Amino acid sequence: MAFDKELNLEATELRLGLPGTKESEKQPTIAIKSNKRALPNFNEESCGSKENSNASHLIQKRDQEIASPAKAQVVGWPPVRSYRKNCLQLKKMEAEAAGMYVKVSMDGAPYLRKIDLKVYKGYPELLKALEEMFKFSAGEYSEREGYNGSEFVPTYEDKDGDWMLVGDVPWDMFLCSCKRLRIMKGSEAKGLGCAV
Amino acid sequence: MRKDRTGISQDDDRSPPADLRGAESSNKTRNCCGVGSVSGSTGPISMEFQAPCPDQVLENVLENVLQFLSSRRDRNAASLVCKSWWRVEALTRSDLYIGNCYSVSPRRAMSRFSRVQSVSIKGRPRFADFNLMPIDWGAHFTPWVTAMASAYPWLEKVYLKRMSVTDDDLALLAESFPSFKELVIVCCDGFSTSGLAIVASDCRQLKVLDLIESEVTDDDVDWIACFPESGATCLESLIFDCVECSINFDALESLVVRSPSLKKLRLNCNVSIGQLCRLIVRAPQLTHLGTGSYSSPDDAVPGEHASDLQSALSACKSLVCLSGFKEMLPDYLPAIYPVCANLTSLNFSYANIHSDQIISVIFHCHNLQVLWVLDSIRDEGLQAVASTCKDLRELRVFPLDARGDNEGPVSDVGLQAISEGCRKLRSILYFCQHMTNAAVIAMSRNCPDLEVFRLCIIALHSPDHVTGKPMDEGFGAIVMNCKKLTRLAVSGLLTDRAFGYIGKYGKLLRTLSVAFAGDSDMGLKYVLEGCPRLQKLEIRDSPFGDAALHSGLHHYYNMRFLWMSSCRLSPKGCQEIVRALPRLVVEVIKHDVAVCPDDTVDILYMYRSLEGPRDDAPKVVTILQ
Repeated sequence: MAFDKELNLEATELRLGLPGTKESEKQPTIAIKSNKRALPNFNEESCGSKENSNASHLIQKRDQEIASPAKAQVVGWPPVRSYRKNCLQLKKMEAEAAGMYVKVSMDGAPYLRKIDLKVYKGYPELLKALEEMFKFSAGEYSEREGYNGSEFVPTYEDKDGDWMLVGDVPWDMFLCSCKRLRIMKGSEAKGLGCAV
Repeated sequence: MRKDRTGISQDDDRSPPADLRGAESSNKTRNCCGVGSVSGSTGPISMEFQAPCPDQVLENVLENVLQFLSSRRDRNAASLVCKSWWRVEALTRSDLYIGNCYSVSPRRAMSRFSRVQSVSIKGRPRFADFNLMPIDWGAHFTPWVTAMASAYPWLEKVYLKRMSVTDDDLALLAESFPSFKELVIVCCDGFSTSGLAIVASDCRQLKVLDLIESEVTDDDVDWIACFPESGATCLESLIFDCVECSINFDALESLVVRSPSLKKLRLNCNVSIGQLCRLIVRAPQLTHLGTGSYSSPDDAVPGEHASDLQSALSACKSLVCLSGFKEMLPDYLPAIYPVCANLTSLNFSYANIHSDQIISVIFHCHNLQVLWVLDSIRDEGLQAVASTCKDLRELRVFPLDARGDNEGPVSDVGLQAISEGCRKLRSILYFCQHMTNAAVIAMSRNCPDLEVFRLCIIALHSPDHVTGKPMDEGFGAIVMNCKKLTRLAVSGLLTDRAFGYIGKYGKLLRTLSVAFAGDSDMGLKYVLEGCPRLQKLEIRDSPFGDAALHSGLHHYYNMRFLWMSSCRLSPKGCQEIVRALPRLVVEVIKHDVAVCPDDTVDILYMYRSLEGPRDDAPKVVTILQ
């Protein structure tokens, strides 16, 4: 029989102890000293990789990040499978086509309502609809004093979670930022009357 | 092949070195026979009775003992004891697990393991799911099914993940294995409803047909109607929520009626609520239900099926797992309240409904162990989960809109709440825009059972949004405090320090995913030198270069694979790996064939293999030699 010079007798050795355990055999570490400097960043499209070879870059990177958050499309990021992305993408598109439903609550009323903001062309129509739906009167809106003298005041929660007076911002901006509506008691709404 | 025993991989699929392989083909002359099963001999059993020699007795005893070993890692260990054990283990292994379809050839696997009833094969690396790999990269099922057709006539189960499967493969499968019982296909592609039709009609013993997150072409074939039309079926599990085809509902209903053992049923989107009701009524024994669209577009009155649905669901006393809800109509949400208390698993991750609505469901789910949701649940929703689901083991929070606001609906607040409420948490996948170290540290302290921690901070290089510091300390705390951690995915602004922690404390880590992180080669070095159990390492867009790559030479044979894309590797650096480790297959993949600057490496994908370079690679793949 010719023995292959790589015959590994260890494998056939009977010994005590669990199979696979052995005193660690020190492998010669292959020390490759590399004096190469880091290669230039050739992937321009993957906007994530930045050249940072020393710590001071961290601060720079951070400031950059806060100043201009990476909104560019990066391939395969975030790591969500296409199957899932496609399902949800479809739904988002449908939602956008279908309308912009927001909840409307009124202090003292037991039920919430929902309205489609896209149906209205501007504030006057929206207010009229709200007044009809909840049977109240909002009164006259003025930029300085808000809805002066009315028992109920229409407010909305914006993207930052703040409660704002309906009518302060341009209609289109309102459409983008309104998350829900609340018809507040006039007494509570005093602080909202001042424009920021 | 040089074996490094110090960090013997737990996932050891290697066959033994050359001399032991010789044993299987040389007919070991044994004159003893007859007593018990004769293992390995190829000749006819001699009719002479001779006293069995002690070796043979030992092997028979061993065979009777080893057949009870089910864990493949235990089996791998047993097979290394000596030749005899190797041989007997090979004969008694009935479940064959191939973690990388290119690490071993079908022929080699089948000549070692001759009595296999169940085969699991995994193909592409995970990053292929995110469009980072060419579509035709490989991982074909064909050579495997072709070899199995002759080697394993009694095959019962096939599990495939990230493989390319064709209709012909499915036809061959259906034709070759008369005892075939279970087909589970996860994240695969390449086949159509025609293939499904053949499986449905020809696999008469079929118990399980699970199609999960796979791309199935709609050939307009009515595959549901292809199941045998009369008599009861053996079906226990039918999962087809990813198959986007229209469904012959009458055929489906009839199938359900004829399947008294059916426990798991996951429908696709083309089943309406009215139809869902009818099905559930037929199958109150269901334990797992995928509700399909959960929508009723033809309702004359919104929610007109609600009470029917509710009573149908209430009749399912064994229901423990709910999923689907792909086009959910909130009017039908209350119908599931009665079953919530028994649920251990809920997948709401396709239901884009308001957080209030999700919360109203969550409050009923005291026994939940597994929850998948969209981030539209918001921090408030996660707080509700934390206060209700005390038994939660696994949480996944997926992003509804990846490029959304700067704020994002879930944040450190939600993570902190979960950590405080769900102390038994073992596995978390959490997508968010920003995070804080404090919340991650809290989780590391509150959830000591964590085995899987995957945090995906979507905003690239995002620091702790309160302190402005890198996320190093947070991930450091995770590896330090979570002593059972085996899988970690990091993100956000990370310096080499974070990798230092991982290398120092992540001693049980098997899978690590890195994206847009680190400062220098040191980061990768810390990991490669510090994590002895590392099996799967996937890195993208991080500043690691050739020197870092070389620091792992001692370990690559113990790994399933290494993936590095958009890093700082050069072809020369990768070539040196090939030179040092001949049993490694080193694939360099270009993003685009047309553009060929030869001094860059777009994607490095390397893995150990007994077979050398594969011959089915597309043009964009260069296998270094």
